[in-house]
Amino acid sequence: MRIGTLAGALLAATMLTAATAAQAETLRLLTWGSYAPEEVIKMFEEKYPDIDVEVTFSNNEEMIAKLRATGGAGFDLAQPSHDRVYAAQLEYDIYKPLDLSKIDTSVMQEKLLDGVKANTTIDGKVYSVPHQWGTSGLMADKSKAPDVSGWGDLCDPAYKGKTSMRLKRTILLGTAFSMGENPFEAYSDLDRYQKILDKVVDKLITCKDNIKAYWKGGDDLSALMLSGEVVASETWDSTAYKLYGENPNIVFVPPKTGALAWIDTFTLPRKGKADDAAYKWINFVLQPEIVKLMSASTGAIAAIKGGKDLMPEEKKAAINAAFTDADIANLQFFANIPPGVEDMEGKALEKIKAATGG
Amino acid sequence: MNQADFKRLSLILLFMPFALWILLLIILPHIGMGVLALREKVGPRVYEFGFGNFIDFAMEPIYWNILFRTGSMSLLVTALALIAGFPIAYYIAKIAGRRSRGALFLVCLIPLWVSDLIRAFGWILLLRETGVVSSTLLWLGLVDAPVEMLYNDITVVIGLVYTVILFMIVPLVSTLDGMDNAMIEAGYNLGGNGWTVLRRIIVPYAMPGIISGCIIVFMLTAGSYLTPILLGGKNSSWFTETIYEQFITRYNWESGAAFGFLLLAFTSFVVWLGLKLSGQTLAGTVARN
Amino acid sequence: MTSKPDFDLECSNVSKTFGPVRAVDDVSFEIPSGSFFSILGPSGCGKTTLMRMIAGFENPTAGDIRIKGMSVLGTPPNRRNVKMVFQHLALFPMMNVYENIAYGLRCAGAGKAEIATKVKDVLERIALPDVGEREIHQLSGGQKQRIAIARCMVLDPDVLLLDEPLGALDLKLREAMKIELKLLQHQFNTTFVYITHDQSEALVMSDHVAVMNSGRFEQIGTPQQLYHKPASAFVAGFVGDANRWNGRVAEARDGRARVETSAGLTLTCTPGSGQTFRPGDAVEIFVRPEFIRTSARNGQDAANDGAGDDGLEGIVDSLLFNGANSRALVRPPQGEPIEADITLTGGPEDIRPGETVRLSWSPDQALCFAVGTAPR
Repeated sequence: MRIGTLAGALLAATMLTAATAAQAETLRLLTWGSYAPEEVIKMFEEKYPDIDVEVTFSNNEEMIAKLRATGGAGFDLAQPSHDRVYAAQLEYDIYKPLDLSKIDTSVMQEKLLDGVKANTTIDGKVYSVPHQWGTSGLMADKSKAPDVSGWGDLCDPAYKGKTSMRLKRTILLGTAFSMGENPFEAYSDLDRYQKILDKVVDKLITCKDNIKAYWKGGDDLSALMLSGEVVASETWDSTAYKLYGENPNIVFVPPKTGALAWIDTFTLPRKGKADDAAYKWINFVLQPEIVKLMSASTGAIAAIKGGKDLMPEEKKAAINAAFTDADIANLQFFANIPPGVEDMEGKALEKIKAATGG
Repeated sequence: MNQADFKRLSLILLFMPFALWILLLIILPHIGMGVLALREKVGPRVYEFGFGNFIDFAMEPIYWNILFRTGSMSLLVTALALIAGFPIAYYIAKIAGRRSRGALFLVCLIPLWVSDLIRAFGWILLLRETGVVSSTLLWLGLVDAPVEMLYNDITVVIGLVYTVILFMIVPLVSTLDGMDNAMIEAGYNLGGNGWTVLRRIIVPYAMPGIISGCIIVFMLTAGSYLTPILLGGKNSSWFTETIYEQFITRYNWESGAAFGFLLLAFTSFVVWLGLKLSGQTLAGTVARN
Repeated sequence: MTSKPDFDLECSNVSKTFGPVRAVDDVSFEIPSGSFFSILGPSGCGKTTLMRMIAGFENPTAGDIRIKGMSVLGTPPNRRNVKMVFQHLALFPMMNVYENIAYGLRCAGAGKAEIATKVKDVLERIALPDVGEREIHQLSGGQKQRIAIARCMVLDPDVLLLDEPLGALDLKLREAMKIELKLLQHQFNTTFVYITHDQSEALVMSDHVAVMNSGRFEQIGTPQQLYHKPASAFVAGFVGDANRWNGRVAEARDGRARVETSAGLTLTCTPGSGQTFRPGDAVEIFVRPEFIRTSARNGQDAANDGAGDDGLEGIVDSLLFNGANSRALVRPPQGEPIEADITLTGGPEDIRPGETVRLSWSPDQALCFAVGTAPR
């Protein structure tokens, strides 16, 4: 008798919970810092009152690590960069294919859309569509380091102790380009790529002496540049645009071998539970008026037609100060990372870090 | 149910949270890590059982370098923390009045009120080229160009000592506190000078506290992550950072897990060696406090 | 400086103040070589401070301390040839017995062989020849005591200070150690300065005792002098047991005083040394229990009283049986109960509670002191 009552109560409680869950769905975003501004979330929740948005800020490596730990559960929408989807999916099976019919791809810029699709198609299924893009390149204080124009200039003794870089794969690729190599082409032949990496490692170890410190995030990079302790550095373009607003001498410099371009995507984790909400979010944030808010927050350009025009005025000025049309034509999009390359690159980075060059 | 059963049941219930904690948060994750560490990655989604991850470590001099660097710097930090912490502990335990004692302890505790990260940023603000110390020196005319005090090993050591010194002071205070002042006076009375009394009486008496403080500090230092990363320079690899890199940047959980075990084994070995050399036992030192 | 090598330790006008507190107030004394000297006083009287000044752990605010005729004021504790046995002994627990004793010799720079000989020698003298390798915690209380003394004596000190070293021992052991300490002192023939609040320790062991109160010495003398000829009301009350009455002098003549106590008794007393009274002075009267005769009141009032004895009647409140030291608590018509030593044989003659008894004593044994006057 007592057990019966208890079971009944439990059942009722379960049903109640289920009913509430059906009423308010939760959309769990796994994305980059500033990719989900408060204002946009508020507008989204107003439009879809039955969806709650939860945001977890992260970066490429951590996104993959988090999803790998759960086999793709815990989040409903992730935003890895286009080059980090293919290998991660092959290796860890953490994503699921998109239903493109649910996404309004017509607003997206074809070149970027096709590029991302090409990068993230496995067995004929598309896993990602583009959201925003930007570049990694150089940043220089023109009043103090007017001649910085290529990756190699960070190792120019003229700026000894006054340059910085992030000890991640970007600088390995950039340095490879500056040495006349094309690492992306070498991805298909890992032995050849290893040779390139060895050269890059040697170069960066000798360069250590020239470097003040390796930066770790946008904040310490900003502090280094604004204080003048560093006059030239590898950077994300958005960080450079931000600093341009504070000190117009600090500009983004696309390296002469081409700035390295990345595209952050929309990708569904394999065990996501709110796919419909995720598709709604994707379509919602690609609307021009939302893009404006988003780009103001992220400093990156939306991958929609006319995305650049939707940048806030001061950022537009910064972009125009940095890029010529030729520079844009010269962009090097990050190529898909084949399995195994991360390990090679990781080892190269460890060698550089551990070397007592400087 | 009789009385004995009831007692046993309540004992089990009391013990349960601790047992669960040990099992779920310590034993299970370690087993998981152990399994992971013994799994070799052969290709995408293909793994084999084997010691490949440990062999990889053994064959790569960079990892040995980083491990020994971490070990030797941790020992240096431990020694400095002892040298700096002993007088402080002695002052708190033996010289300070009852009332000022609590205040002094509190002052030592203050660094722990803020997170590692904030503390490291505090050091960065002070020591960077355009930071407080450099500007002050410049303003006083003691130097004629800004000095960079960040991004070198000395800064890392100072930052670590600052972070861990409390863990040296607390066990020292607690042992020194238990020491009868008369013992020090007896040391002088029987003809010892300050140095003899310190060497022959105070230090031997405080030995259990010294060893337990050193063990805690060494473990904390070798396992610390943020301070060496943020204050360290271009050459300042720390073993924990290597583990992090394995897990996060290289997606190589297998070797990350193996490295984790290696760090554990290495620090345990150093502690064992220290106990052997000083003739103390773990039960007589750490467990005492 | 006057050189008087007959004295191992001399203090002249030593004072010590801590802020507004005068812990030691103008104390002077000298101790002849080879004697056992006790400083007796209640806790907080300044005796420990005085001893710490002698050992060098405190500096006197004023006055001079001389050891073997030489002032030691500027000498740090480790250079004074004054050794000390601490209250809780302060043996070093991380060293064994041998190392504890050898510590002082090592500090003095003695050679290995010399240390071994001296340690062996001193262990034999304290009759513990085989404990050298023992750890401190393996020793009994009495053994620790002896090791603590040996640790000092091996250094051949001019003066040995002992700070209530028997306080932590149980009663039986304490009694045994009193005798042993006295014997050790004879054996080593070194000046012992013994600090205690226990009058029986001081009386039993000492050649001379100084009674200390509120930072001052009240009296210095042999145990017998202190007991029988106390110089002040404090000494009379602190050393040995005594019944005491407060009162006012009614008449003073022929070296005697007649006193009306506040309870309404009239008693005759002998003024203490150096005391003179006028009628109306407030005084305190002390009569020791062993000087009071107790007799059952069998109709022969005052028959046992000697000529001029004081006496009064009272009812036995209770008996405090303690063998040869048994006592009766007798309630007089007025005032507090009086303690009197009695002999209880277990026979029918014994006094029983509830009986009326007569108490009497000679006025020679009733000492009176003016209230509130400082001695000297």
